[in-house]
Amino acid sequence: MLDTQSDEGYITADGRKIGGVAMEMRNITLRFGGVVAIKDISFDIRWGEIRAIIGPNGAGKSSMLNVISGFYHPQEGEVIYKGYKRPKMKPYQVARQGIARTFQNIALFEGMSVLDNIMTGRMHHMKANMLQQALWWGRASREEDENREQVEKIIDFLEIQHIRKTPVARLPYGLKKRVELARALAAEPSILLLDEPMAGMNVEEKEDMCRFILDVNDEFGTTTVLIEHDMGVVMDLSDRVVVMDYGKKIGDGTPDEVRGNEDVIRAYLGVSHD
Amino acid sequence: MLYREAGDFKTSYVADSQTFPIKFDRFGYYAILAIAFLGIPLVINDYWANSIVVPFLIYTIAALGLNILIGYCGQLSLGTGAFMAVGAYGSYKLMTAFPELNIIFVIIAAGVITAGVGVLFGLPSLRIKGFYLAVATLAAQFFLIWLFTRQAWFYNYSPTGMISAPTREVFGFPVTGPRASAVSMYMICLCFLVASAWLARNLTRGTLGRQWMAIRDMDIAAEIIGVNPLMAKLTAFAVSSFLIGISGALLFTVYLGAAEAGEAFGIDKSFLVLFMVIIGGLGSIFGAFAGAAFLIVGPVMLKLLLVNTLGWPTDLAAHLEIMIIGALILVFLIVEPHGIAALWRTIKEKLRLWPFPY
Amino acid sequence: MPDNLLFAMEATLNGLTAGVMYALVALGFVLIFKASGIFNFAQGVMALFAALTLVGLQSGQVPFAHLINAIFGTRIHHFGWNMPTLLAIPATVLVMIGLAILVERFILKHLVNQEPIILFMATIGLAYLLEGVGDIMWGAEVKALDVGLPKGMSGAVDDLTFGWFGYGFYIDRLELWAAGIAAILVASLTIFSQYTKQGRALRAVADDHQAALSVGISLRFIWVLTWSIAGIVALVAGIMWGSKSGVQFSLSLIALKALPVLILGGFTSIPGAIVGGLIIGVGEKLFDFYMQPIIGGATENWFAYMLALVFLLFRPQGLFGERIIERV
Repeated sequence: MLDTQSDEGYITADGRKIGGVAMEMRNITLRFGGVVAIKDISFDIRWGEIRAIIGPNGAGKSSMLNVISGFYHPQEGEVIYKGYKRPKMKPYQVARQGIARTFQNIALFEGMSVLDNIMTGRMHHMKANMLQQALWWGRASREEDENREQVEKIIDFLEIQHIRKTPVARLPYGLKKRVELARALAAEPSILLLDEPMAGMNVEEKEDMCRFILDVNDEFGTTTVLIEHDMGVVMDLSDRVVVMDYGKKIGDGTPDEVRGNEDVIRAYLGVSHD
Repeated sequence: MLYREAGDFKTSYVADSQTFPIKFDRFGYYAILAIAFLGIPLVINDYWANSIVVPFLIYTIAALGLNILIGYCGQLSLGTGAFMAVGAYGSYKLMTAFPELNIIFVIIAAGVITAGVGVLFGLPSLRIKGFYLAVATLAAQFFLIWLFTRQAWFYNYSPTGMISAPTREVFGFPVTGPRASAVSMYMICLCFLVASAWLARNLTRGTLGRQWMAIRDMDIAAEIIGVNPLMAKLTAFAVSSFLIGISGALLFTVYLGAAEAGEAFGIDKSFLVLFMVIIGGLGSIFGAFAGAAFLIVGPVMLKLLLVNTLGWPTDLAAHLEIMIIGALILVFLIVEPHGIAALWRTIKEKLRLWPFPY
Repeated sequence: MPDNLLFAMEATLNGLTAGVMYALVALGFVLIFKASGIFNFAQGVMALFAALTLVGLQSGQVPFAHLINAIFGTRIHHFGWNMPTLLAIPATVLVMIGLAILVERFILKHLVNQEPIILFMATIGLAYLLEGVGDIMWGAEVKALDVGLPKGMSGAVDDLTFGWFGYGFYIDRLELWAAGIAAILVASLTIFSQYTKQGRALRAVADDHQAALSVGISLRFIWVLTWSIAGIVALVAGIMWGSKSGVQFSLSLIALKALPVLILGGFTSIPGAIVGGLIIGVGEKLFDFYMQPIIGGATENWFAYMLALVFLLFRPQGLFGERIIERV
């Protein structure tokens, strides 16, 4: 165990109990050639909390999410997950450790039905080997059935029963976002990463999405990290907020603390730099 | 009116995810199987077996295999001809080295060998995509054919450079060699085809199939949500090559009887099977059947019409055939990229509502 | 100097001249790929078609004579006149431009925004279509093509090398000409794309279709333009190959050879196409020269692809191509 500082967490304003540290980012620096996307950022994510990352465009938020999900490998710093330093691993290995995510520009599998998309999210819960699958025998058919049941629960939860067998390509934007959330949830993740889950939605759809995120957190206790531009949404939803600007962390704390932070106000309102 | 799902309630997820959810389809499927196994063997003769039925069965297996690779996993391959050759030469070497071995096992083993070769040439797919991969598979195509025509070990040092299939029997009926009857040729190919189709269907509807399709639709996202691209692509190459190898082995042992790699398994074979997949429908099991049927029956019909009926010279008919196939590929890619299978699906959707469209 | 080395040098020289031919075909690929992102598998068949058309026009063949005879029972085959080469070449160019317009009108327009793999397969279809049309239009038999280019052994090279090494290298004069023409073609294409308005538009389209559209560049015109240029390059390649070994189906197979050339040179680089062509040309001749005693001949069939495969594994963007960056 590298991590010794796992304290007992805290109680949120609305009375939810937040656990110890699930993941800790330590001094992450990420460069693309000469461009520094993330500069020496540290923060932690606790079990059960909704953690937001905010910041102006190009602040490095999505890069941060990509570091967490293992798509980018930072040049410096380390990721501590469940108390252990995470070695450099492929994105699919990270996913297998219980980190699921959605994408900024929807990344659903357009050629497949909604059901198949969500079932793909459950692939780590299916262990039948190729021969069993080829013969559709023993484990293969049993697993398919059991996982289908789990998936149906999520379908019910997100209220997408009516489009279950629709090819994803035919769905409108808002529903696609919801299906993507369903796919991530199907994995039963320890940590759920949401990259701008409400981008491009109208008010009604945003309200629905907020409700789902809160319900997911409530029902399954899923630790959630989200990137979002809508300040109102972020302040309402999240327990703690990291604020980034030009690849640096300029604020970290509860929504109220962040709201009062001088640097944050400057980054958002554009007070003249002198 | 007969064709509908209303009243056919599904009470379990097993029933809901079966291959033919509509009753009418299910009965149709059983009827076709019954005709294929019980009806056709009674009436088949040498002409039908040789010109249409047997090649259709064999090429459908190849099209199933290639469809898994291209249609389901999104990896373009132009090496089908060479992989069929691996199946053919594999079965030849096995038949001559182990004369006692039952032909059925020989063919399956040839499929396994081809799967191995397929995985080997599939390795580059981890780093390269799209038509770059097509070039890598062209390397397989030309290298393997060179190997089979230039390295004498593969054709047992026969002076002609050809390989020829000795007679082998299943349950006492010769299925290969000159004594094989139309019925026995038909039956062995049919059995292999039904088994292949069932296998392909099972693999594509389960978790492996979904991983293939995930790689096809968006490979980076697939990897981030947890698909191991190495496993997904290589299993697709393995399964695809396995089926193509079986098809090549059948083509050589049962249908051709004698073959030379450059002649029988050249790049035009790669294109032929590719066209079957495109015309039939990418990513559809039914499409493999439809595409193979179309491209086997079509040319025979065209030849019957132009040469036998109108008396045109054969070379002109052949050129016209090439031209029509090319045009059809374009038409399908433009109008219906998912081929005959998608057309069929549209018809069925219409039929479900017929005669009351609202 | 040891004989072996001399033969190797001669093989190298022959490889260089063969490489020029590969490069010529690859050039057509690069042009279309840059402007439309399409990997035009039909480039080789276009060369065949252009050469067939040129021979047909020169010798005054009646197009589709075969078909017409079959339908109407007539026995026509030639008009009975010979078109001078200087007239036949521009006429063929017109035919190729016509072909470009047809391709744009009936194929490209309908395939906008399709995935590259679909477009690639469409060009395979186009290759078949064009091959069939070419055969029906002009007949499939092997034809001799003569546009008045000098042929036979180059005496100058023979004398020169004999003077140096005491052994005269055999080089076909035609191949020297081909090299010269290829150089002129590349130079003029470079000038065209760098310094003319259409050239700039072409590069803009290559960079970003939508952005180019929004500043008022006609995509359709650019496509017709590039396919016309590719058609003209195909004609040049067709003339060279056709003069060398007759106009026949195998000509379209050089397209397959151009694929590895492109892998080596990168799909977007004109100099890359040239260098890649030369490397493949020399490489396959030398490989065959040295390996023939060990593994047998005819390695030219696959050497280029294997080399390309090795390249793909270690440098997927080619020698001069742009680096591929992946994003989510």
